[in-house]
Amino acid sequence: MSRFNRQGGGILKAPSKMTDTNLLTTITVCVFLIMYLGAIIFLGEGFLKPQAFFNILNANAALIILSCGMSLVMITGGIDISVGGVTALVAMSCAVFLDEKGGSVPVAILIAIGIGLAFGIVQGYLVAYLEIQPFIVTLAGMFFARGMTTIVHTDPFNVSNPDFVALKDSRIVIPFLGSTNRKGIFVPAKVELGVVVALLVAALLFFALKWTKTGRNFYAVGGNRQSALMLGVNVKRTTFLSHVICGLLAGVGGFVYFMHVGSGSPQHASGAEMNAIASSIIGGTMLTGGVGNIIGTVFGVLALALIQNIVSSVGLDDAWWTGITVAGMLCIFLVVQSIIIARRKKRDLSAANKKPGSKEKAAAS
Amino acid sequence: MRENSLLEMRGIYKTFPGVKALQNVDFTLCEGEIHALMGENGAGKSTLIKVLTGVHVKDGGEIFVKGHANAVSINSPKQAQALGISTVYQEISLCPNLSVAENIFLGRSENRIISWRKMNKRADELLKELGINVKATRQLASCSIAVQQMVAIARAVDMDCSVLILDEPTSSLDESEVAKLFVLMRKLKARGVGIIFVTHFLDQVYEVCDKITVLRDGKLVGEFEIENLPRLQLVSKMLGKELDDMADIKNDAPAYTSKDEVPVYEGRGLCSDEGISPFDFNIRRGEINGFTGLLGSGRSECVRTIFGADKVTGGTVKMNGKEVKITKPIHAMKQGIAYLPEDRKRDGIVGDLSVRDNIILALQVKTGFFKPFSKAKATEFANKYIELLDIKTASVNTPIKSLSGGNQQKVILARWLLTDPKYLILDEPTRGIDVGTKVDIQKLMLKLASEGMSVTFISSETDEMLRTCSRLLVMRDRKLVGELTGDQLTQNTIMATIAGGEKNAE
Amino acid sequence: MPSNALKPPKTSKIPNIFRNQIFIPIAALLILAVFNLIADPTFFRITLDQNSNGDPVLNGYIITVIDYGSELAILALGMTLVTAASGGQDISVGAGIAIAGSVLLRVLCGADSRSAELQAPIIVGFLASCLVAMIFGAFNGSLVAFFKIQPMVATLILFTAGRSIAAWINHNELPIVSDETFSYFGNYIPGIPVPTPFFIAVACFIIMWALLKFTTLGLYVQSVGINEKTSRLNGLNPELIKLLTYVILGVCVAIAGFIKVSRLSTINYSVIAKDIEMDAILAVALGGNALSGGKFSMGSSILGAYVIQFLTTTLYKFDVKSDALPAYKAVVVILLVIMSAPAVREKLSRLAKKLHPAKAAAENS
Repeated sequence: MSRFNRQGGGILKAPSKMTDTNLLTTITVCVFLIMYLGAIIFLGEGFLKPQAFFNILNANAALIILSCGMSLVMITGGIDISVGGVTALVAMSCAVFLDEKGGSVPVAILIAIGIGLAFGIVQGYLVAYLEIQPFIVTLAGMFFARGMTTIVHTDPFNVSNPDFVALKDSRIVIPFLGSTNRKGIFVPAKVELGVVVALLVAALLFFALKWTKTGRNFYAVGGNRQSALMLGVNVKRTTFLSHVICGLLAGVGGFVYFMHVGSGSPQHASGAEMNAIASSIIGGTMLTGGVGNIIGTVFGVLALALIQNIVSSVGLDDAWWTGITVAGMLCIFLVVQSIIIARRKKRDLSAANKKPGSKEKAAAS
Repeated sequence: MRENSLLEMRGIYKTFPGVKALQNVDFTLCEGEIHALMGENGAGKSTLIKVLTGVHVKDGGEIFVKGHANAVSINSPKQAQALGISTVYQEISLCPNLSVAENIFLGRSENRIISWRKMNKRADELLKELGINVKATRQLASCSIAVQQMVAIARAVDMDCSVLILDEPTSSLDESEVAKLFVLMRKLKARGVGIIFVTHFLDQVYEVCDKITVLRDGKLVGEFEIENLPRLQLVSKMLGKELDDMADIKNDAPAYTSKDEVPVYEGRGLCSDEGISPFDFNIRRGEINGFTGLLGSGRSECVRTIFGADKVTGGTVKMNGKEVKITKPIHAMKQGIAYLPEDRKRDGIVGDLSVRDNIILALQVKTGFFKPFSKAKATEFANKYIELLDIKTASVNTPIKSLSGGNQQKVILARWLLTDPKYLILDEPTRGIDVGTKVDIQKLMLKLASEGMSVTFISSETDEMLRTCSRLLVMRDRKLVGELTGDQLTQNTIMATIAGGEKNAE
Repeated sequence: MPSNALKPPKTSKIPNIFRNQIFIPIAALLILAVFNLIADPTFFRITLDQNSNGDPVLNGYIITVIDYGSELAILALGMTLVTAASGGQDISVGAGIAIAGSVLLRVLCGADSRSAELQAPIIVGFLASCLVAMIFGAFNGSLVAFFKIQPMVATLILFTAGRSIAAWINHNELPIVSDETFSYFGNYIPGIPVPTPFFIAVACFIIMWALLKFTTLGLYVQSVGINEKTSRLNGLNPELIKLLTYVILGVCVAIAGFIKVSRLSTINYSVIAKDIEMDAILAVALGGNALSGGKFSMGSSILGAYVIQFLTTTLYKFDVKSDALPAYKAVVVILLVIMSAPAVREKLSRLAKKLHPAKAAAENS
C-alpha cells in the first residue's frame, strides 16, 4: 500500500514490479475497506457494531470455504461449478442421516467429507487424466449432485437431532469485542463454529499456496501448462489434486452450510457456485489461471456480502435487487481487471521493446 | 566412447508412420564445444533432438553419456534431465506468471516448504554469475524475451547440465541480444558444457560454433570442423546439390531511375502507436525495395503501419497520386496492398482451417460478406496456387497446421497473390524455412516485379535483400536513417549505415 | 522429408466415419434408440388423437422430442456460433429467455397483468422481446469482444442478474395472456397435427442454413475463433464478428423465449428455461464441436440438441422425477464425453491395434 502512496500514482499506475496477483488482491482489500467505511459513515452505527461484521462472517462461512476451493481450481486454470450442488447434497445427506437414521454427528461429518472427496476424485480424474474440459465435467457433476439430492430426499425438512442442534447453536465468544445494548449491558460478539472452520481453511490454504512446493505448482500449471510440464511439474497430478481439494472443501463447506441452516433441502445453496466464482473473481483470481490469492478471495466473499447488506439497508430489499447488485459488482470488477491487465501488458511490452538490450549492454560492459 | 566426449549417439533410427525420420545417424558432442546441428526443414534435426531429450523414443541405435559405462535409454524428458541433458526451446517454456527465481527452481527443489529468501538469494547469485541482469523477484512476464530465454538457460545451467541444447534460441532476439546470448554460451563452453546449437542463421553458426554436423533427409551427411567448411559448401551439403543456386539469382532487375512516374504508394509522415518516428515512403511500379536494420529497429513496424496493421496515428497516403485513408488492414487490401506478416504462426496461418480456406481467406474478405465463393470455385483457386507455388499438401482439405513451415509460408503467399495485389509487402518471408524454399520465394519476387508488381521485402539476411532489392531503406532505433541505391548496395555500406550513430554514441 | 509424409496414413473407409464429427451425436442417438427399443418399443408409437378442442394432434414420445427439442435446437444454433467465435459459452441464455419472455408479456398485456385482450399485436411483442434480447446479447458480446473477458465469466453477470431483471420488468407480477392465437405458437395450430415449435425450429434452421450458405459468416467465425490476429490482418474485424455471434444468439434466445412463454401463456421467472443453458452447451459439445472454439458443424449441434431432448424424454418415460432428472442426464453425458475424449479414443485404438497386430502392421507400412 505505502508504495502506491509514495508514488502518488494511484492504483492504475501501480509499479510494474508488483505481481499481478498482489495488485488485484490489494485492489479488492481496498475496495472492501472503502465500502465498509462508506457504510459506517452513510448508513450509521449499525455497521460499527462488531457483531454486524461477524454476522456477515456467520452467514458466509460456507461460501468462504467454497470460494477457497474454487480459487484453487481457478488458479490451476480450471473451474468447478459442482460446488453448489455438492453443498446441497451434503446438507441433505447429513440431514437424512442424522434425523431419519439417527446417526451421530462425527459420522455425519465423515459422510460430508466423503461425498466431497468422491466428487473431487472422480471429477479430478476425468479432467486431469482423461483431459475432458473441466467445465463439462463439473457441469455434469453439478447436475448429478442436484439430482441425487432429490433422490436422497424430496422435500425440505429441519433437523432435530439433539447433538446436532447443540453443535449448531454453539457460539464462540470473541474476547474484548462487542457492543453495549440499549439497556447498557455489554453484549460480547459471537461467531458460529463454521467461521472458525472457514478461517482455518483459508489460513491453511493461503500458507500452502505461498510456501509449499505443491502450492507453487498450482500457479505454474495455471500460468502455462506446457511450460510447467517442461519444467518438471507433474501437471496431471497437480490438476487432479486441485479438483480433489476443491471437492473436499465443497464437502467441508457443505457441512458448515448445514450447521448454519440446520436443514436439508434440494433448493439449498442454489447459485452457490456462481457466488463462489464471483467472489474469487472479485478477489482477484483470474479465470485464465495462474493469478490469485486466498486473502483476496476471502475479501471477495466479504465484499460481495457487504454490498448485499448495504443494498438492503438502503431499502432496496426487493428480491431482485440482490441479484442485480451482485451482477453489477461482478461486472465492474471484471471490466476494471481487464483494463488494468491490458494496460500493464501493454506498458511492459513497450518497455521491453523501446530500449532493446539497453540493460544487457550495461551488464556486458 | 572417445576421450573427452560428453555424448555419443550411434546409428540412431527413428521411423514414423510413412516416414523414415532418422536412418543410421551418428552424433558426437565433446566437452566445451559448441556444435551446430544443421539441415533443411525435415532433415531430421528436430527428431534427433527429440530422441535425445526423450520426447520420442528411438527405434534403433545407442546413446552413450559420459559417466555411464553402458548405453543409456532415454524414455522421457525427466530421464534426459537426470542424465544432464537440458533443452531451451525457441518458444520459451517458462511460466510467465511466476517470478524469475521460481522459474529457475520450479519442479526441482527437494524441500516441500519453500524458503523464499534462500531461493531468491541463490537465484540472484546465479544470475549475477552468468551476467544476466535481472532481479530474481521480478515477474517473468515483465522481462524481455531475451532475458526470459537467458533465465531458461540459467535454469538449465543450475541443474548441472553437461549437455545444453539450444533449439533456435535466437530467432526472436535482436542483434545485441544475440551477442549477449553468445557471451553466455562462451562462458558455459569455458566451464566445459557441451552445447548443441540449432539455428537457421548461417552468420551465427560461423560466429560461435566449433563444429557442424549436417543432416539431410534423415541421414548423416557429415561432421565438420568449422574452419574446414566454408559457407557455400555448407549450403550445398544441406541442399545435397553441388550447384551454386544461391549465387544464381543475381540482382539483374533494372534499378528504377525514372523519378517522374507517379508512385504506386506514397506515404508522408506515417507513424503508429508502436512508437516509430514519422517516416516518408514511396514505391513505384515494378520496384522491389526493402527495409533493413536490426531486429527491433522498427522495420516491421514500418510495413505494419503501411498496411494499417497497427494503430495508425498520423500521416497521409496517396495511391497512384490519389489521396486515400488507410487505418485498418481492410482499407489497405481494398487499395490492392498485401502483407505477409513476420510471425507466421501468430499472424499468418489459421491453423485448423484447410489449405483451401486459408488460401481464399483474404480474397473472400475483400469480395464481401454477402458473396461467398462456392466450394468448387474455392477449390479451383486453391489448386491453381498449389500447383503454381508447388505447395506440398495431401489435399486442399488438409488443415494448414499439418504442413511444414515452408509450405505454410507458400500458402500464405498464395492467399495474397490470389487477391491480385498491386503492392506486396513481405516481412521475413524466408525466416525459419529451408534453403530451397527461400530461393523459390526470392525468384518469385523477381518474377512478380518484372510483371509490374511492387514489392517491399524485409529479411534478416542482408545478402537476400542485396540480391533482390533495388533500393534499401535503413532503420535504426525506430527511425528511418538512410536510403541506399545503386552502387551503395553493398554489405559494407549497409552495415555502416546501420551502425552509424551507434558507434558515435558509445 | 519425403512428400508422402504429409499424407495421413491410409486407413479403410470405416474409421473415416468414426472420425467424422457427426458420428458422436448419431452414435448417441442410436444407443438411446436401441435402449428404448429393447426396454419398451411403445416409445416409438405415434398416434393421432384429438386434443381438448377437438383438433387432431399427433401424440407419442417421438413427437414430444421434436416438440420440446425445438427451443433447445434453436438455442444450439446461436450457441454454436458463439462457441466457435469466442471459444466460450454463453451461460445466460436461460436468464435471457426469462427477460425476453417478460418483455413479451409486458408488451402484450400492458400494465394490467390480467387484461382480457392483447394490448399490442403479437408480432410487436415478439419484435420488442427480440430487440431486448439482442441488446443483452450485445452487452455480453461487448464484454467478451472489447473487454476481453472470458465468455463464461462475462455471461455470469447476466446469469446472476437476468431472472431478477425479468421479475423487475413486470414488477414481479405474472401476467397471463388470455388470447387463444398466442398459444398456437407453443402448442398446435388448429387442424395441423404437428406441434408448431417444430415448424418454427425448421424455419430457424433454414434461415441459419441460408446465412451460412449465402454469406461468409461461417468462414469468418471459424477464422476468428482459431486465430484472431491473423483474421484481423486479413481484413476482418474480430470484435465485430464476436459481437455479431452474441447478437445472433440473442435472436435465438428471443425465439426460444417466445415459444416457452407461448406454451403456458404465462411465465414463472425462476423456473422458465431452468438449466437450459446447460442443455444448450451440452448440445454443442455432443455435436462434437470443440468448446474451445474454432471449427464447427451446425448440423451436428442441431442433432445434438435433439439427442439431449431424446434423453430427457426417455428419462421422463421411466418415471424419473423432473428434479432428479439431472442426475441421470449427468451420468449419460459423462459417459458420452468420456467416450469421445481424445485420450480415451487413443487408448481404445491402441487396444484395437493390440488385438489386431497384423492389420496395424499393414497400416503402418
